[in-house]
Amino acid sequence: MNKLCRLLFFALFVRPIMLIVLGLNVRRREGLPAKGPAVLVANHNSHLDAVTLMSLFPLRMLPKIRPVAAQDYFFRNPWLKWFALRIMGILPLDREVKSKRKHPLAGINEALDRGEIVIVFPEGSRGAPEQLGDFKVGIAHIAKKSPKAPVIPIYMHGLGKVLPKGEALLVPFFLDVFIGEPIPWEGNKTEFMEDMTNQMTALAEEGNFSPWE
Amino acid sequence: MTLDPSVRWSLAAIFGALLLSTIIVQTLIRLKPSGDFSNLRQRVNSWWVMVTVFSLAMTLSRNVSIVFFGFMSFLALKEFLSLIPTRRADRRVLFWAYLAIPLQFYLVYLEWYGMFIIFIPVYMFLLLPLRMVTIGQTKGYVRAAGTIHWGLMLTVFCLSHTAFMLVLRESKAPDSFPGPGLVLFLVVLTQLNDVCQFIWGKSLGRRKILPKVSPGKTWAGFLGGVSTTTVIAWQAGPFLTMLNGWQSSVAGLIIGIGGFVGDVNLSALKRDLQVKDSGSLLPGHGGILDRVDSLTYAAPLFFHYVYWLYDFQTFGTSIGQ
Repeated sequence: MNKLCRLLFFALFVRPIMLIVLGLNVRRREGLPAKGPAVLVANHNSHLDAVTLMSLFPLRMLPKIRPVAAQDYFFRNPWLKWFALRIMGILPLDREVKSKRKHPLAGINEALDRGEIVIVFPEGSRGAPEQLGDFKVGIAHIAKKSPKAPVIPIYMHGLGKVLPKGEALLVPFFLDVFIGEPIPWEGNKTEFMEDMTNQMTALAEEGNFSPWE
Repeated sequence: MTLDPSVRWSLAAIFGALLLSTIIVQTLIRLKPSGDFSNLRQRVNSWWVMVTVFSLAMTLSRNVSIVFFGFMSFLALKEFLSLIPTRRADRRVLFWAYLAIPLQFYLVYLEWYGMFIIFIPVYMFLLLPLRMVTIGQTKGYVRAAGTIHWGLMLTVFCLSHTAFMLVLRESKAPDSFPGPGLVLFLVVLTQLNDVCQFIWGKSLGRRKILPKVSPGKTWAGFLGGVSTTTVIAWQAGPFLTMLNGWQSSVAGLIIGIGGFVGDVNLSALKRDLQVKDSGSLLPGHGGILDRVDSLTYAAPLFFHYVYWLYDFQTFGTSIGQ
């Protein structure tokens, strides 16, 4: 039932919006993983970021794609929780770590062990629209624990204009999705983070986008 | 809407020409496996998609045609607004600008010429700044007000003339629609003009016509393109439309020159923003604006030429007669 709901939501709602109302310009689509495990690392501007990335994959892969999302935000009410868990298939992330029983990112590595494709927004929150924030080091921890899963940086432009933080009105714009090269894990967190920041900055500059202020 | 046989034959001829060019490209690929024809192949494939969608839009019904041109305006405006620098404060203004599209094409559906022709130049022109001052962001105000309305004029007002052409009724025969033939004449000649200017420029072009704006364009391309278009118009006009050979040649001249100006107008915009293509919607061509740039000038100019030549009956003039 859930599977059907999710399929219908993506086939009848998300895809038509992506195709007709917005419109995608994907560069280097062949860089997307054909199967898991893999980590997609993207910048975060809008609630639509996760569905946009999910819509890049064939519908049959949907159950294997898991966006990581903040538990405190998406578990606020039962409806949102149902939507987040059952339709979006999120991996809930507990941002306020109280119990030391389990590492907060352990669930992500477990998903990777199951061969799933995990979507991570290492900026932590949506932040100011169309501006790159700092990346949190947790992503390096994930890479360290699951060295076999390629970490693929993806830069998205436009969704911060379409539906930024704090807005409910959707305004159509074309979206750009630039896919980068996998970031190798070579045993050093600082190097890994630098590598990722450099790639993301390069991808952001590739589009030569007009400022949005 | 029963289509004139001349329109059906012309559509069939376009498909024939497309088939021929596909065969030529495939032969080229066979003969020279080392050459890179990927752009040419993409271009022809995109042409197939465009011609198929356009033919369906033209043949299914009049309302489908109006919706089709409305959607084309939406894609063009969206591409324009995604390309230019816009202000965060103007999100709601841009939303209102988009709302002009269904209204403008509803006016086409109503055949309400008087309102169609002033809705964007007058009412949207006055309304958008009002929406902007209620938001209150004054930094960059003039630039934003100017660019948004400029885009609306090009992508919605100018392009919608193609749709209004479809609903024109001649006063002497109000039950017949010469529109489909006129639209086909306009669209096909505009696109052929682009192709002819390209071919003439590639084969003979030497002296640049606008080196600062579009370094690839030459005098030979421009003059060769315009004269070829005029000759084709002279032959095709009497077959597809009510224009006689003489009037058709002038129409060809208008479309050829107008198409060129529309093209370089968008080239200047792209050069200003330092982008090569306006988008990536049509592989091999670029974006939708790269394809309809010539039409932004050719459509209103051709429309008003025909509107001046003949007597038409529209909603505004037929009521109360």
